Amino acid sequence: MHELSLIANLFEIMEEKAAEKNARKITHVVLQVGKLSGVVPELLITAFDMYKKDTIASEGKLEIKEVPLKILCRDCKTEVVKDDFVFICAKCGSSNLKTLSGMELYLEKMELEVD
Amino acid sequence: MKTKEVMVLEDLLGSNKKIANQIRKKLTDKGILTINLLSSPGSGKTTLLESLSEILAPEYKMAVIEGDIETERDAERIRAKGIPAWQIITGGACHLEAKMIGKLFPKIPADLDFLFIENVGNLVCPASFDLGENIRCVLLSIPEGDDKPKKYPKAFTTSHCLIISKTDLAPALPFNIEQAKKEALEINPNLKLLTTSAQSGTGIKELAEYFIESLQKIRRTNA
Repeated sequence: MHELSLIANLFEIMEEKAAEKNARKITHVVLQVGKLSGVVPELLITAFDMYKKDTIASEGKLEIKEVPLKILCRDCKTEVVKDDFVFICAKCGSSNLKTLSGMELYLEKMELEVD
Repeated sequence: MKTKEVMVLEDLLGSNKKIANQIRKKLTDKGILTINLLSSPGSGKTTLLESLSEILAPEYKMAVIEGDIETERDAERIRAKGIPAWQIITGGACHLEAKMIGKLFPKIPADLDFLFIENVGNLVCPASFDLGENIRCVLLSIPEGDDKPKKYPKAFTTSHCLIISKTDLAPALPFNIEQAKKEALEINPNLKLLTTSAQSGTGIKELAEYFIESLQKIRRTNA
């Protein structure tokens, strides 16, 4: 359950950005969570709802966008979305691959209430 | 009052990565090789360090950072071998973070060769946190079963080396070492594979040699 540490980091970023914009409230938060990010989206939401009390996002809602694991074979140039974690090109058998997405743990955007 | 949408695109692990990169640079510049050991509880990380110290300590200076939820026990075991060890008691947290290593920084002697970090026993959470290591090793012990690489992919995709430990137990248990190696390589084709038994001593020397070669590599790059 390292999701709570990640949510603590999220709030640090959120509060800093909200202060820059002189926001009164944060009403909506969108996270990008990669398939291989090693976190459980439901636990992130639970942790967010626990953490938000008495913060600028106390009425805020967390939305999670799951990002698929996408790899590119450097040899045959095939791009594949993987449901398993087998890092071998299904087309040519090469293991010379590049991960294009799936590791993300990003705060994508927020909706703020400003004066 | 109005609502406003702000694009941010910031990494939740960004602050950890930043500290980890500073730690890695400082330690590598001093010629210290840092190794992060990751595994489930009970796969033999501390015992492996005790065995390794017998090979490394006569010639090299090593120290250990121990991460546990409670107790100073692991650090005491390492100190009993004459090796400096610092215990981080996380008080419930399931993983170590770079800032915890950063706090210990002033205590780390500049003339070390090897700094080992034994992470909190957990095959999930520690995988997300870079601690500034040069090498991440994941341990998988024979009693845990050979199906772990695909069940806990992140620990295996982010590691440089897989150590299959407690191989002396293999004859008694249905663990297929070749199958485990094959599945681990499917997840991470660049994994260095090693098998060890701290009880019989098998493979400890090869593991020590891997660390010594890696140490020489960072020192050559520094020079």
